[in-house]
Amino acid sequence: MSRIFPHPLLSLFLILVWLLLNNTTSFGHIVLGSIIAILVPVLTREFWLENIKIKNTKVLFKFIGVFIWDVLVANVVVAKLILSKNSSLMPAFMVIDLDIKNSLGVSILANTISLTPGTVSCDLSLDRKQLLVHALHAPDVQESIDEIKKRYELPLMEVFD
Amino acid sequence: MIFDAAISLSFFLILLALVFSFYRLVKGPSMPDRILALDTLYINTIALIILLGIYLGSVLYFEAALFIAVMGFVGTVALSRFILRGDIME
Amino acid sequence: MLEILVSIFIVIGGIFTFIGSLALVKMPDFYMRLHGPTKATTLGVGSILIASAIYFSIKDSGITIHEILITIFLFITAPVSAHLLSKAALHIKTKEIERTKNRH
Repeated sequence: MSRIFPHPLLSLFLILVWLLLNNTTSFGHIVLGSIIAILVPVLTREFWLENIKIKNTKVLFKFIGVFIWDVLVANVVVAKLILSKNSSLMPAFMVIDLDIKNSLGVSILANTISLTPGTVSCDLSLDRKQLLVHALHAPDVQESIDEIKKRYELPLMEVFD
Repeated sequence: MIFDAAISLSFFLILLALVFSFYRLVKGPSMPDRILALDTLYINTIALIILLGIYLGSVLYFEAALFIAVMGFVGTVALSRFILRGDIME
Repeated sequence: MLEILVSIFIVIGGIFTFIGSLALVKMPDFYMRLHGPTKATTLGVGSILIASAIYFSIKDSGITIHEILITIFLFITAPVSAHLLSKAALHIKTKEIERTKNRH
């Protein structure tokens, strides 16, 4: 089983993308998509260093829900900040000490931070322990850091670590 | 009626967005600013092309938009890498 | 009825795209400008793409959702390019404005 499907999630993703790209669910394309979904992971086996292991599916779905909601809210918040007066904004750099170890978890956390309220992840230290984040408007730096750690890092740690 | 008005308004807003990013592209002042302006320019172009597709009622523009999305991302990454390393291929 | 829904999505998309690019002109330093395109513009384009998906689904009487592909692609790549850009800016020591806390 693991020889035919070394990466089941990648196979599922490939067949979905293939069907979306052709905008059809006809039988022929499902067969063609399945062939691609089986062949590509086998051929690119060398490139994937580690297998993705999802430990807690329930938390993952809850995280995705929170994420989509936060993206929508964040956009309205950022739009308001952009339209407000420049001199009232308080930009800040903040350093977040990461507790999460898994490298996929770290990259998902960094991307989540970039897409949600007024923060963009700028730089990751070489040992993957510290993340430098720029905030558009942070009256209280420590509070923002705690919020990020509680809201995004904890669920990601439950899913991947 | 409402539909045509909405499309016209959106065309106008995206046009203004294109002008703004073009302004940043010309003015700079730093290199990352210009790359950011190019990045915004291509994302705005995707919006414009999709809107044109709705306006003309043709799905053909989807492929063009997808192509611009992929190429724009590769361009942004290559230019950022160039600033970081002074070289794209090592 | 659905036409009104499509119109609403198109206008919302136009407004967010506009605000995202407005940040490029209005904000005083590079790191603050970065926030506009990564968030507002991405959502704006996503909104227009959703409008396109709904419009062609009712027009061609068959569900058309391949616009979702561009939306997903943009949502995955926007933070990556923002991260690389700010990394490049930090590397060549682009100046941030004076009142930024914890300056680097």
